[in-house]
Formats: sequence, structure tokens, C-alpha cells
Amino acid sequence: MRNETPISKMRRKEAIEGFLCISPWLIGLLFLTVGPVIFSFLISLTKWDMINSPQFVGLGNYATIIADDFRFRQSLRVTLIYAMVSVPLGLICSLALAMLLNMNLKGMRLFRAIFYIPAILPPIAVSMVWLMLFNAENGILNVLLGKLHIAPVPWLTSTEWALPSFILMSLWGVGGGMIIYLAGLQSVPTQLYESAEIDGAGSWSKFRHVTLPMISPTILFNLIMGIIGSFQVFASSFVMTQGGPAYSTLFYVLYLYQNAFMYLKMGYACALAWILFLVILALTLLMLKASKSWVYYESELRK
Amino acid sequence: MSKQTLTQSASRSVWRTIGYVILIVGSVISLIPFLWMLSCSFKDPAYIFSNPVQWIPKPWLWSNYAKAFERMPFALYTWNTMEITILSLIGQLISCSLVAFGFARMRFPGRDVLFIVLLSTMMLPAQVTMIPEFKIFAALGWYDTYLPLIVPSFMGAPFFIFLLRQYLMTIPREMDEAARIDGASTWQVYRHILLPQMKPALATVSIFAFMGSWNDFLGPLIFLDSPAKRTLALGLYAFQGQYAVDWNYLMAASTVVMLPLLIIFIIGQKYFIQGVVVSGVKG
Repeated sequence: MRNETPISKMRRKEAIEGFLCISPWLIGLLFLTVGPVIFSFLISLTKWDMINSPQFVGLGNYATIIADDFRFRQSLRVTLIYAMVSVPLGLICSLALAMLLNMNLKGMRLFRAIFYIPAILPPIAVSMVWLMLFNAENGILNVLLGKLHIAPVPWLTSTEWALPSFILMSLWGVGGGMIIYLAGLQSVPTQLYESAEIDGAGSWSKFRHVTLPMISPTILFNLIMGIIGSFQVFASSFVMTQGGPAYSTLFYVLYLYQNAFMYLKMGYACALAWILFLVILALTLLMLKASKSWVYYESELRK
Repeated sequence: MSKQTLTQSASRSVWRTIGYVILIVGSVISLIPFLWMLSCSFKDPAYIFSNPVQWIPKPWLWSNYAKAFERMPFALYTWNTMEITILSLIGQLISCSLVAFGFARMRFPGRDVLFIVLLSTMMLPAQVTMIPEFKIFAALGWYDTYLPLIVPSFMGAPFFIFLLRQYLMTIPREMDEAARIDGASTWQVYRHILLPQMKPALATVSIFAFMGSWNDFLGPLIFLDSPAKRTLALGLYAFQGQYAVDWNYLMAASTVVMLPLLIIFIIGQKYFIQGVVVSGVKG
């Protein structure tokens, strides 16, 4: 029999209870994350249609993907272009809207709701609506453009315009980012603006030297979330274009889905998923590293 | 000095006016897709792609909704979606609050490392685990049931756990320490002291969990097969596949699918915004 002091007994009881508290997540971690992650990597080394038993092919899937899969390169290109254009554009629009809303204008709550609502609606229903708006023949966008004497745009039916159409649609959802910026802007202490005014700073220089540095962590957050979000686009391209025309809207996750659940190439799809993970990880680390030169953390001053 | 303040206030009111103009134009752009959806949902199909644009439907066809309801079993799909949404919401609330409590209030070896593990799992794209999960759930005989869409919720979601844990860290420990001294058990502290105080954060979690389940498309698409088990999102997709050209019915259906979220947003706007603030600024 061990001789325990009451304190260590209490500690042990607390530790056991602590593990019990987090056990739902621990079980999930084991069976829904760690297990599947290992399983997924193993599958990626095989050729497997889920019906017959898997065949080991080593790094064959990865080699095929990188060396000669035109559609993989196309899907990566589509997704990267989408991310590179829609994320910065969305960032500028949502920041601009947030700054306008931060001016304490009347009706701020109403405006905020109007801009935010598109970001929370079911993507599938939103896609249906935009499919109709984008109708190339007499969809309302073309009719309205016609009023401005602009020739009709072929939107989703042309390889040139299909991806820009998705970018345009993504701008409709800038309200999500806007809410985050608005919170960031409201946490900037007003004394900073006051002392900048005493130093004779104009609107632009207040924005450049007070607002931007103070909300730079929020910008970084939105930037990373935006890039990750771009790499997850699925429902809209699945419903609106199925990746077409001529693969011009073949988003990465759509291509992954097609491999897994349409062509039943599970090994190949798992390899694609791992490459997706590496790409996202690399981009995130790159942004974090680059952010050291432009993101300002208040706590650094206090050191 | 006074001259300067005068020009300053003048320039301020100019900026305000410009601000209003941009906000109003932006709102109109933001609202056009909704208004057009609503307008088309009451229209005769002949006027959906007409030039000039007919904004106010004429004739006004309520029957579009009746027809859409005939073609798509809305009541059944709504019921299915509610079943999944509510059960996974309950799962998230129980598991995330308990796990967050464990991380915020209990001391056990490896806690901080595990919390970092929790945060880093947020980085893992769902696509990596999607195929093994499919295989596992299929092997359990869960294919074409709601279990794959519900059971994982009972194991918590890292983002919600993080949100609740951050909230718990802001609640002073005096109350639960006092209760401990009075002999309260861990369970009692969680259930009767901290859970009631977590209500605002739980409201935020509820709203996001509701939204996640209600809007989910990929999950039901992968795991469900029989038409009678479809969710609203899946039903809408199938509806489009069958009646792609009937835009008026499709818009009526889309309106109905969006409606519950709009209502929830209007009721819970505060909690929506709170959740975003916590995740964005403190995260």
C-alpha cells in the first residue's frame, strides 16, 4: 500500500477528472483525427476503388499527380488565381466597409446586418440565386449592364469569364470579414487618434500610421482565413459549373471530390488531400513569416 | 483656431455624406440578389429573363410556392435537417462546454500541450480525413444514416472549444473556489456554477453550430443516399437537377431554405457578432 498525502491524492483525483472532462474531444482526436490521418496517408500510397482490396503503389500517386496530371495543375492554378484575386479584393472591400461603419453613422446596425447576411446563408441556395443572376442571355446582371450600355458578359459560359464570375460572387460575402475588421477598429484606443491629431496628422496619415498598424493582426487573421477558405471552395463550383467550361472553374476540392466519389480513385484523392494540406501549410507559414515585417503587436512595445 | 475647427467639421460632414452614399449603394448591391430571388419566386417564368426588367411580379403567383412544395417534400426535408441540426447542436453544447471547462479549470499533466494540439488540428483541412472517415462510418454500417453527421458533434469541435475556453478564462475563479470549499464536486461546479455563466458564449456556439449543420452540403452529399433522407441543401440540389429550367420554383425553394437562417440571424444578431469578435480579435 502506497502512502499518499491528502494533497497528492487530491491532485490525482483532479487529474483524472480533468481527463474525463476532455475525454469527448480526446476520443474524437483519436478516432476522427489521428486515426484517419494515418489511414489517409496509407490509402494515399495505394490504388483503391473501395470495392476491391487496395494495391500498394508507393509514392506512385504523388508522382503521377505532380508529373503528369493536367487537371491537378489546372485545379491548383484555378484555386491559386481565385485566392490571389478574391482574397486581396475582399480584404480591401471589407476593410473599407468596416471603416465606413465605424464612423458612427446612423443606421449602422442595419447596414451591418445587410452586409453580413450574405456571408451566413446556405452556399447551395446562394449558388442557385447567382446561377440565375449570371444567366448569359438575359440574366438580370446583363440586363442591368445593358442599361449602362455595356455589352452582355458571357459569365459562366465562357472560359475567360467563369472564374471572374466566382470572384465577383465571393465579393458578395465580404460581410464576414467586415464584422471582424469592425471589431478590430473598435478596439483601437481613441487616445491614439487624439494624439495623432495634436501632432497634426491628417486623415490619410492617421489611417496609415495609427489604424493600419493597430489592426494589422486582424488583417493577418483575415488573410490566412481567406486563403484557407479559398482552398475549400466546393459547393458553388459543384452546383454552378461542375468545374467547366473546359476546367476553367475546376477548384481543388471539386477535383478531389470527383476523384474520390465519381471516379472512385480513393488513393489518388487521399494523395491530393495531402498535397492540399501541404500547400495550405506552406502558404500559412509563408504569410506568418512575411507578417513579421508588417504586423504590429502591442505587447512587443511593453517588452 | 475656430476657423480650423470650422473647416474640420465641414470636412467631417462631407466625409459623412460620402460615407452614407457608399453604404447605401453597397447595401443596394448587397440586396439585389435577395430581392431578385424573392421577386422571381413569385413570378410567371416568362418574366424571369425579360428585358426590360420586371421587379414587381405581375401576376403575383403565390402558387409558385405551392408548386415547389408539391415537387419537393419540404416538410420532410425540413424535418430531416432539423433532426440533424438539433441533435448535433446538443452534442456540441454538451461536449464543447465540458471540454472547455476541463481545459480552463482543471489541472492535469499534459494539459497545455493537448491544448496546443487542439489548436493545431484546426489547421488540418477536412478533406484529409474525409475519405478514411467515410470508410470507417461505412464499415460501422452508418452509410445512409444520420449518424456520421451527428455523432462527431458529440466529440466537440476545436473552434467551439477554443471559443468557450477563452470565455471561461475571463470568468473569475472566486465562485467556483468557494463552492469547492463548501464541498461541491467537479461535476457540480461545472453544472451549477460555470455552465449558467457560460450562457452568452453558448449562445454564440449554438448559432454557429446551427449554421454549420443547416448549411452543410458536402457531408449529406457523401453520407446520404435515399431520397427520403435528404436534407434541405441536398434536396435543393436534387431539385435543381430535375427542374433546372423552372427558375420560379427553384427561387421559391431557395427562399424557403434561406428563411430559417434569416430568422435566426435577426433574433440572434448579437451572438453572431460576439462570436466573430472573439474569434477574430483575440484569436
